Formats: sequence, structure tokens, C-alpha cells
Amino acid sequence: MSNTDFVLAVEDLTVSFDGFKAVDSLTMYIDKNELRVLVGPNGAGKTTVLDLICGKTKSTSGSIKFNNTELTKLSEHEIVRSGVGRKFQNPSIYENLSVYQNLEVSYPKGRGVFGSLTFKRTKEVEDRVRKVAEDIMLTEFLDMESALLSHGQKQWLEIGMLLMQEPELLMLDEPVAGMSAKERDQTAELLNRICQNRSVIVIEHDMEFVKKIAHKVTVLHQGKILAEGPMEKVQSDEKVIEVYLGH
Amino acid sequence: MTLWEKMKASPLMGGKEGVIGLAVLAAVIFVVLPLGVDIFRLNLIGKYLTYAFVAVGLVMLWGHGGILSLGQGIFFGLGGYAMAMFLKLEASDPLSTKIQSTPGIPDFMDWNQLTALPWFWEPFKSLPFTIFAVLTIPALFAYIIGYAMFKRRVGGVYFSIITQAIALILSILIVGQQGYTGGVNGMTDLRTMLGWDIRTDSAKYILYFVNGLLLFGAIFLSKYIMSSKFGMLLLAMRDKEERVRFSGYDVSNFKIFIFCLAAMMSAVGGAMFTLQVGFMSPSFVGIVPSIEMVIFCAVGGRASLIGAVYGTLLVNYGKTVFSETYPEMWLFLMGGLFISVVMFFPSGLAGIWDKYATKYGWFKDKAEPVKKPEVSTSEGEAQAVLTETAPETSMATDSAAKKATRKKADTTPAIDSNKMRGAEA
Repeated sequence: MSNTDFVLAVEDLTVSFDGFKAVDSLTMYIDKNELRVLVGPNGAGKTTVLDLICGKTKSTSGSIKFNNTELTKLSEHEIVRSGVGRKFQNPSIYENLSVYQNLEVSYPKGRGVFGSLTFKRTKEVEDRVRKVAEDIMLTEFLDMESALLSHGQKQWLEIGMLLMQEPELLMLDEPVAGMSAKERDQTAELLNRICQNRSVIVIEHDMEFVKKIAHKVTVLHQGKILAEGPMEKVQSDEKVIEVYLGH
Repeated sequence: MTLWEKMKASPLMGGKEGVIGLAVLAAVIFVVLPLGVDIFRLNLIGKYLTYAFVAVGLVMLWGHGGILSLGQGIFFGLGGYAMAMFLKLEASDPLSTKIQSTPGIPDFMDWNQLTALPWFWEPFKSLPFTIFAVLTIPALFAYIIGYAMFKRRVGGVYFSIITQAIALILSILIVGQQGYTGGVNGMTDLRTMLGWDIRTDSAKYILYFVNGLLLFGAIFLSKYIMSSKFGMLLLAMRDKEERVRFSGYDVSNFKIFIFCLAAMMSAVGGAMFTLQVGFMSPSFVGIVPSIEMVIFCAVGGRASLIGAVYGTLLVNYGKTVFSETYPEMWLFLMGGLFISVVMFFPSGLAGIWDKYATKYGWFKDKAEPVKKPEVSTSEGEAQAVLTETAPETSMATDSAAKKATRKKADTTPAIDSNKMRGAEA
């Protein structure tokens, strides 16, 4: 595969589980500073695509290049360290730690065993935690045990934990699931704010929300791309209406 | 800053309560017990305290890291056997073994028709090597087990069962290789260390205090680790391992490290056991002692380093009292104790202590209730945040308010996190 200017170049990516192709020869390019939304019916392979990019699932064939580095051969933590952040579908935070500690643990220094033993809470770490906490609207809750946060706040906290690492590519799996209407609006603002200097891939079902954030939309169906482009174009696509939006 | 304030502020101590807890434990071990009981009983307590090394290791491994090893007896035994090999060689000088067909080798080797000292026994003639071996061989063995399992992401129940199987294999191996290990009897009749008779009362006193000091060393080392980012990561891994992995950490390395460290502590305990009790046998290696050690830890409170020491003392005291009167009942009692602790007091003695210390307000900084969310519903929450961030016009008041909250927030986290650590440690 040749080198490209894209942040992420997924080419001919296939994964099969016992003969079932969850993702089938998928090719997709993500630009710098782009916010891409993946939509599609259940089982279309959206989450699997993210799993493949972040290394949680190993691909059967094909290539994933992040800034022209092949990701399919790296282990999970190496992929993260190269600048890819991933938020899971269910809020995945450390409930027995405080909000502050959740963010601090995600700070990308002291990642080795001995580095973590000698890690010091410097001014730099402190400032970064407070900056991110402000971004995700949790400044007031820094000292609270994170288990006590509301569902929506937990989603924000996980996004914040990723922001601590300043990833170049951020992947969010259903970031507004279980949120109130107001929280959805705030999350949309948050996403628009944080994609200023990074690329973001979002999986989302809520079309109203997608409209608010998407630069481009990719519609997946049975592991293949059904349509790709701006929201208006995709919404008027007949195939898309048939398999997905029409329901 | 006075010394008291310094100690309170240090994460090593874990706040005011941590300092008091350590001071009380030190007073019990170094003053109350030596003055209060005769040397026979004190030696017995010294023996129990060697198990506390294992329990302290388990607090880190299991209580904080969520990795339940049912094979800590492996490392306790390896440490104990390493020390026993040195003492046995010293006790087997040619003069005192001249009635054997091969003088100068341990008696059990002679009984098993061995005519020369096996090669792997040779280095144990040196005390420095033996100490080195106590610290490294069990840790190295733990590294091999840990590497093989954690790199393949074997965890949970599977890890527990495999460690248990290894403990069983090792104890069978020791029993089976009688000529090399002393078999089921173990290594007995250990007398002197570099000419110093370890069976005298004065030696027993000295060894008791050395043991106590080493135990405190282990507790302080653990406290340091628990208060570092490593400690936080252990808690994070126990809760959401995937999240830690996808935050750029190689989770297996952290697990291997803590497993090796717990093994090393157990080995020091084992070596001190041999020195104080004067023998080592496979009955301290297998499944039953390994599980007993987990019970000590669970009864004391699996997340509390100090609790683990009390748990060890208490359960062993109970064992001594009950097994004198009802020897057959003890195992059932122990099983019942374990089940009831896990079901009714999952945080063990330390949990009960915390609860009542808080209830009666013995410690002011613990008595503060946990900060509850001010706005509980997500709807109301959104409202609150909206009013804070939205209007451009109220910039001035807004930023003033923010400054105020920041100021408040600046002072709280240090205290707060200390408190959390205090509660954990």
C-alpha cells in the first residue's frame, strides 16, 4: 500500500469470524481534523471496525495505516501510544477512583512499570487535569468518587480520559447513549470543540445528533460501505433509505 | 511543619489514621508482645508473623490488583527451603556426621544412598548466596509463571487454579525427591547460622525483632507502591482492565511485577520461618497452606496492609487454641470463617474497624461523609452546567466564580486523595 496524506487509511480490510465476514473489504480514508460518523443497522460491523483499528480484534487481511504506520501488526498499547484513543460503548471508567485520579491515570507519562513507580504529580499534570476537566464540564466533581457520577457524566469522563492523552485520532462508540436531550447538545458542542486539532470517528444511531456533528457520514451494511459523503447526500441515497433510514 | 504534620501529609503513612495504625502495630509487635508473653509464645507469634509477609503481598496482589493467587506457598516454601539448605549444610559438617557412610552431606541424603552433594546444593554453602537466592529465585520463578500467564491474558479463576496446581506439583516434587529435599519430613535439625546457635532464647528474641523489622520494611515498601501511580493503576486494572490497556499501558507487565514482588515478600517470610522454627517441610508449600494464607489476608481485610497482619495473628491464634482442643474441627471452622468473612465482611477486620471508627468519629478526617453529587438527576445536572458555560455577557462574574471554585479545588484534592489512599492502605 502506498503512503497517503490521510491520518487514517483503511484499505481492503476484512475480518471473518468462522467464515462470517463482519467487515468485508472495507476501504475508508479519514482526513486531518475531520469528524466522521459511522452509521448503520445493528450488526453492520461499526464497532468491529473500531475494534480492528485499535487492535482489540486482529484483522484477517487488509491494512490500516495511521500516519502511514501500519497498525495491524502493533499491540494495543503501542497503537494507543502512537496516538489513537478509543472510547467504549458502555462508559468504561475506574469507578473506585476519584474523577481527578481517573484523569491523572490517563496522563501519558509514567506508562512503564518503573516509570509509574516514580511518577510525580507535577504542576504540568495538575494543569492538564484541570484543563481537561473544564472541557468535559466536570471541574466541580474532580474530588468525587467517579462511581457517583451520572451516566452522561461518566461518558464525558471517559472522553476526558482520552483527551488527557492528546490523541491524533479519537474513536467514540455511541458517546451520547443514555444521555438527556440537554446532555446531547452539550456533547455535540464538546465534540465540535475537540475535533479542532484532531480527527474523530464517532459511531452513532441518533440521526439528529449526527446532523449536528458530522462532516462526513459513512453508512455500513453487512460489513460493507453502502454510502459515504455529507449527511444530506447520504440521507437522500435510495439504498440507504431502504436498509436503514427508512425504518 | 512539625514532624507530626509531615507524617500526616506523607502518602507513605496514609494520613493521620495511617500513622496511628502503624504506631499501634509497632507498639504491639515490638513492645506489648515481647513484654507480655514468654519466649515460647513469642517464638510462636514470630512464626505467625512470617505468614504476614505473604498476607501483605496478597493485599497488593489480590486486594488491590484483583489477582488471586492460591499458590503463595510456593514462594514461601522456596524462600524457606533456600534458607534451610544453608542451615542444613552448616549442620552437616564432617565431624558431626562422621557416623554416616558419606560424612559431610546432609543426613537424609546419606539415608537415600547419595554419596556426594548434588551440584545445586553447592552454592548454598555461602550465606550471601543464600540470601541472594531467597530474594531472587522465588521472584524469578514468579516471573516465569507470570510471564507465561499474563502475556497470554490468563486471569481470574484460571490463574487461581493454575497457581494452585503449581503449588501441588511443587509439594509433590519435594516429597518425591527425598534424597535431594528431605522428602515429607523436610529439613530438620537445623542448628546454627555461621556458628550462631539459633535455638537459644536470646537468638529467638533477636530473630523475632529482625522479623518484625523486615515486616515493617515490607509494609513501608508496599505503602510506597500503593501510593504511587502504580498503585492507582492496580486499582484501575482491577476495575477495568481493558480501559487501562487502551490507555496505552502494557497491563501484563504491571501484573508480572506485582506478582514477583509478592513472591519475593513471601520468600523473605519463608526464610524467617525456617530461622525461627528451625525446620522446613513440604507442608508449608502445598495447597492447604497457600489457601490458609489467603484466608489470613481475607480476615484481616484484603485491601488493608495492617489489617492483613492482624488477620494473620488472629487466625493463627485461633488455630492454635482450637487445634489443641478439637484438632479435627479446625479445618471446618477455618472454612466456615472464610465463607462468612467473604459473605458478611468482605473488607474483613479493617472494614469493620473503618466502619466503627467512622461511626464514633474517632478520626475526624475519616468521619467526613463522602461528597455526594449536588445535583443528582442528569437533567438537572445539564441545567447547572449550561448556566455556567452559556452566556457571553456574564463573562466577568463567570470567571470570578471559576477562580473561586478553582481556589477551593486547589486545596482539596491533595487531602482528598490522601484520604482515599488512607482508606485503601
